[in-house]
Amino acid sequence: MSGHTDMVLVNDEGIRIDGRRVDEKRPIRIEAGVLKNADGSCYLEIGKNKVLCAVYGPRECRPRHLQDPTKAIIQCKYNMQAYSVNDRKRPGTDRRSVEISKLIAEALSSVVQLELYPRASIDVYVEILQANAGTRCAGLTAASVALADAGIPMRDVVPAIACGKADGNVLLDLNKEEDNYGQADVPLAIVPSTDEIVLLQMDGNMTREEFEHGLDMAFKAAHEVNEIQKDALRRRYTEISKKEGDSDE
Amino acid sequence: MSNYVISQIKRDHLMNLLAEGRREDGRQLDEIRKITVETGIIESAEGSARIRLGNTDVIAGVKVIPGAPYMDAPGDGVLTTGAELIPLAHESFEPGPPSEEAIELARVVDRGIRESGMIDVKQLCIKEGEEIWMVFIDIYALDYDGNLFDASNLAAVCALKTAIVPWKQYGKSKVEGDKVTEMDDVPMPVTCLPISVTECKIGNDLIVDPNFDEEAISTARLTITTDNNGNFRAMQKGGKGSITRGDLSLCLDRAVEIGKQIREIIG
Amino acid sequence: MEKRNARRTREIVVPGDVLGDSEEYRTGENAYESDGKIRALMMGLKTYTGDAVGVIPMGGCYMPVTGDTVIGIITDVGPSNWMLDINAPYPAPLHVSEVPWKVEFGDTSRFLTVGDVVLLKVLMVDEAKKISVTMKDSGLRKIEGGQLIEIAHSKISRVIGKSGSMIQMLKNMTDCRIFVGQNGRIWIDGDDENVEVAAEAVRIIEAEARSANLTDRVREYIEKKLPQSEGGDDEEESE
Repeated sequence: MSGHTDMVLVNDEGIRIDGRRVDEKRPIRIEAGVLKNADGSCYLEIGKNKVLCAVYGPRECRPRHLQDPTKAIIQCKYNMQAYSVNDRKRPGTDRRSVEISKLIAEALSSVVQLELYPRASIDVYVEILQANAGTRCAGLTAASVALADAGIPMRDVVPAIACGKADGNVLLDLNKEEDNYGQADVPLAIVPSTDEIVLLQMDGNMTREEFEHGLDMAFKAAHEVNEIQKDALRRRYTEISKKEGDSDE
Repeated sequence: MSNYVISQIKRDHLMNLLAEGRREDGRQLDEIRKITVETGIIESAEGSARIRLGNTDVIAGVKVIPGAPYMDAPGDGVLTTGAELIPLAHESFEPGPPSEEAIELARVVDRGIRESGMIDVKQLCIKEGEEIWMVFIDIYALDYDGNLFDASNLAAVCALKTAIVPWKQYGKSKVEGDKVTEMDDVPMPVTCLPISVTECKIGNDLIVDPNFDEEAISTARLTITTDNNGNFRAMQKGGKGSITRGDLSLCLDRAVEIGKQIREIIG
Repeated sequence: MEKRNARRTREIVVPGDVLGDSEEYRTGENAYESDGKIRALMMGLKTYTGDAVGVIPMGGCYMPVTGDTVIGIITDVGPSNWMLDINAPYPAPLHVSEVPWKVEFGDTSRFLTVGDVVLLKVLMVDEAKKISVTMKDSGLRKIEGGQLIEIAHSKISRVIGKSGSMIQMLKNMTDCRIFVGQNGRIWIDGDDENVEVAAEAVRIIEAEARSANLTDRVREYIEKKLPQSEGGDDEEESE
């Protein structure tokens, strides 16, 4: 939100540098059940973002002092791999990844039936293989799919997408240039069946009107992302049961 | 790796099979698992590769960035290798700074690449004494079913083999005295393919490319890296048990033979 | 294990999918009601049981239920109890008073030690999901030899089959001792070659759990691998 550029991010016809319209999200591909060891997993691409997510658990909570005697906790580790960005990222946690991990865990906690597993931990690992703006949304979207793939009871599958503003236009799903040189970024995650908001951040500068317009676009897009998530999960199931015949003998 | 309990029944079963010269997945004692290689998968990296060695799955990315040389080698590019055993890959891997296992892994892979002279670091000089290319190799385990050493070695080698040096992208020209040469992005200057072959000792047997269960019941591990000529370039013995001179001799023979096989697979 | 009268549809549902109207149906297993709609809590197959609609899950972790017979692996030894991994989210303690031997305080590891495998019964699971297990019941003991395999616990009912038909056939045809734990672990013991055939048969059952004529297919597989000459009739213990 801070940089300046002479680049035209949105042209007079309302077309963005990657050819998208203002209300168009980047192409998304989701695959569930991509890892062997994890209890649930997901690979997701949105535009140039590539994300791998694994879920382990519910399992004994470590470290023990974090145990909750009444319900499970979700522990998330969001990690950007060293080569995921143009300038190599130094491995290890930084303040940004700690914050994102916390927000993802909290968003997921509002849909998972945590009270079924007192004292346990559900561990969510989000690895960013390639980053191009919007990785927290991509990570959360993948994490929800991985949780469902792990067979964890949850009331809905959470999709996430950002809206924002660049060259004075309200945009859906900012790419890296729009994120760097635009005027606002608003990542959003919802529970599709109720339209509750479970993740919301904003930085930049937007009027009330622009913000509402952006949210409308993001809500609509989030529902579309949710369909892609559910489709990935159904495909996974079909794969597992592809050899299965009609019914019991 | 740490505090993972393998059942006595599993242990006995594997030992009984080995006593008949067999392994649980049907392999010969000196047979490696199926290798699949994908390269060029990460666009933000100058080189990348994902290797599947059976169910072990490893990704490596190479970043090539201009930087300052070391004073004792003012005209040489700099190689750095890191590895992380991220908890995504196995229930026994814990979050946090690299464990001693991860550091050993990175150093063994690094040694093979460095000592074999796989990368001609002289060609990574931008201006002697001032600027050179720094090559960062970062390795992440994605799914762990044993033998991360060979999987990581392969991922690093395949990522380097397909990497570019981004002269043009960074607007760098080669400066040699008064001569300034404009450069295109060029392939990484690769001279040979160092291939490591890891074996584990279980009872009195040595098995090549151990899987998770085999590693768990083994007492010692030996990794041997060879170059294209079959010469030895790096070795590492690990584990709390010992190996005999005879064991070593067998491992050396196999490392040369299997190194040849693997070099044919990855081309 | 499936309920009687459960009608399984072919419809795959994922969390959040609407299963029906709460005016028309009751909320079945792995489902929840919200705002007049019944929705899925898990990925699986939509199922009607009586007037309820719910989901038969396709996966998820094993949650112990009082009375389950399970196979545990000792992961730690204390002065008055052992800690076991029973494939559940929680470790299961086995107290010295719940074993068939008289164990002096501090003498536990002489009886069972880390890595040992035991047949157990789940004694109790309390509200906080604290588990206790026992070895004091007929047939419960430490097991050695043979092979221990692990499959998805949701497929265990198929390995057992209707009134134990599948497991009985496996035992008869392979002449193996087979113990099926509700926690997805199966112990098979017998002649080496037969154990391998039985283990492979179990993996076939797991992979094709919902196939038609599964019993026939498994029988064909075993017949091909182990031509039945005399064929043992019966074997001891199982679930």
